[in-house]
Amino acid sequence: MRGTSSTLPRWLAQALTAALLCASASAQRVGAVAPLAVTQVQPGVFVHIGALEDWGPANRGDVANLGFVVGSRCVAVIDSGGTPGIGQALRAAVEIATTLPVCYVVHTHAHPDHMLGAVAFVDASRPAPQFVASAGFARTLTARAPYYLNALQRDFGIALTHAQIVYPSIGVANTMDIDLGDRVLALRAWPTAHTDNDLSVYDRRTRTLFASDLLFMRHLPVLDGNLRGWISVMADLKGLDVATVVPGHGPVSSDWPAAVDAQADYLNTLLRDTRAALRNRLTIQEAVERIGTPSGSNWLLTDRFHRRNVTAAYAELEWEEDDPPKPAAPSPAASSAHSGRIGGG
Amino acid sequence: MINTTRFLGIGTLLVLGLCAGARAQIKSGDDPEASPIWQKVRASLFQSRPIASTGDVISLEAPVRADDAAIVPVAIKTRFPQASSRYVDKIYLIIDNNPSPVAAVFQFTPSSGRADIETRVRIDEYTHVRAVAETNDGQLHMSTRFVKASGGCSAPPGKDAQAALATLGRMKFRVEGDAADTPSASQPVLAQLMISHPNSSGLAMDQVTRLFTPAHFVRQIRITYGAQIVMSADVDFSISENPNFRFYFLPRGDGELRAEVVDSNDLRFTSALKYRRPE
Repeated sequence: MRGTSSTLPRWLAQALTAALLCASASAQRVGAVAPLAVTQVQPGVFVHIGALEDWGPANRGDVANLGFVVGSRCVAVIDSGGTPGIGQALRAAVEIATTLPVCYVVHTHAHPDHMLGAVAFVDASRPAPQFVASAGFARTLTARAPYYLNALQRDFGIALTHAQIVYPSIGVANTMDIDLGDRVLALRAWPTAHTDNDLSVYDRRTRTLFASDLLFMRHLPVLDGNLRGWISVMADLKGLDVATVVPGHGPVSSDWPAAVDAQADYLNTLLRDTRAALRNRLTIQEAVERIGTPSGSNWLLTDRFHRRNVTAAYAELEWEEDDPPKPAAPSPAASSAHSGRIGGG
Repeated sequence: MINTTRFLGIGTLLVLGLCAGARAQIKSGDDPEASPIWQKVRASLFQSRPIASTGDVISLEAPVRADDAAIVPVAIKTRFPQASSRYVDKIYLIIDNNPSPVAAVFQFTPSSGRADIETRVRIDEYTHVRAVAETNDGQLHMSTRFVKASGGCSAPPGKDAQAALATLGRMKFRVEGDAADTPSASQPVLAQLMISHPNSSGLAMDQVTRLFTPAHFVRQIRITYGAQIVMSADVDFSISENPNFRFYFLPRGDGELRAEVVDSNDLRFTSALKYRRPE
């Protein structure tokens, strides 16, 4: 069940993409946009495999895995890609696969490589699709959007306005089912893990899990939320009945739950090593310099993300020891005193 | 206790930074002096006073690339101990291309022992980062590093603002090193102060989401040992979520090391620990 597009040579994938474009009359409806290469990994479940690289102009921002699921009534798109252009190309791929309208676009979390293409779907159907995300998504995206727009301009030369950032019309606090017609997708928002707004999508009919960035394969996991939370969420994920898993980055797999083992190893080792560094009173700089990637692992992008993961893990875990009760709420001009640790003799 | 006039300086610079408009989209650190924001900050803080860059007073350590835009460790080291005859009075930490370029102004005394400081900052953009030391004789010395911004999926606001707010004001305060290896009476002792605080720059009203969060950040820190001030600082939201400071103090006999923190909502937090230098 591995996505073939991830194993094709790039020139061949591009040639196939071009052939599809020429053969398809429907492509003309969206202008001359070349559709993204997609693979049908289960009946009605389509996946685009992004490059195993950092989000940047060299890969046109095409690094996240994206997908769509086709019901008897309409289509749900799961993540829209790292630029508006990727979103347009994904929309073109949808319109080749089906004439049904797009009724939902799901944002799995507020990282730019997954959601900046959403603007391409705003007018994808009538009525317009519902945009769905975790309840925590809007707040996080609001804080980060200026930086994403800045990076798009600086690194890609793409001028996007704030109005072209698509916020969800539906926020999922816990779980939500969306009905595509004879096909129900189960959405689930998770406690802080990879980010503070992770949302997974599960197709009950084919037992396909879109884990998004709760699961990285081959691409080093990237910690932007809470390490202990992520480890805990992975244990819950492993309990799901999954035939096919689509990670946020890396190849599609049917090897469940073994598909999560490499990531679990990495995150547990990061937890153990960072706790050891704190016990040994290393500073954050020293911990970043000394905690290496586990030997024998074959992760990609370790140079790019491992130091960052140590940084984030350290900043989280340094608060961990001797968790005291919360301090009394302070009031203006009132002093709330905490006794510190007793030092010296 | 709080010297409000000193905040005016930072406030003015903050506005100045924001008014600089589109942040400079520089990608190389070739000419630190040419940075237009630095020119404005320099004129405001130091006028036309000469600033030496010879490296014999101060050095700044910062990574070449910000691994995580929200948490960039920086260390400022001085080349000589604090003596009453010659000491570093102030250190300015300046991040040219952040919305508020003056991240911190640290003030030291001879009781600091050493005017070294470590903290963590947000880095919004490719930028020069500068530490400018002002010695008690009024001389200025600067050390500059160019820091590349991180990639797309880390961002300065941080990871989980709700979680940081839930433990607002909690502090961890400790003296580093075991009692056994505490140095001789004339040597300074390293301490670390951690403050649980979102240290948020706030959000402008978003037209789409209607979300609005006012700025809420630690703005002043004052550390005393006994009756002596060992370090004080005016800081702002360029300092990372859960602000962390490592600094020295010179203990004399028995005493209490005390931290007083005030944030932008005038919430006050204190933490103290007894410290007695081993005989």
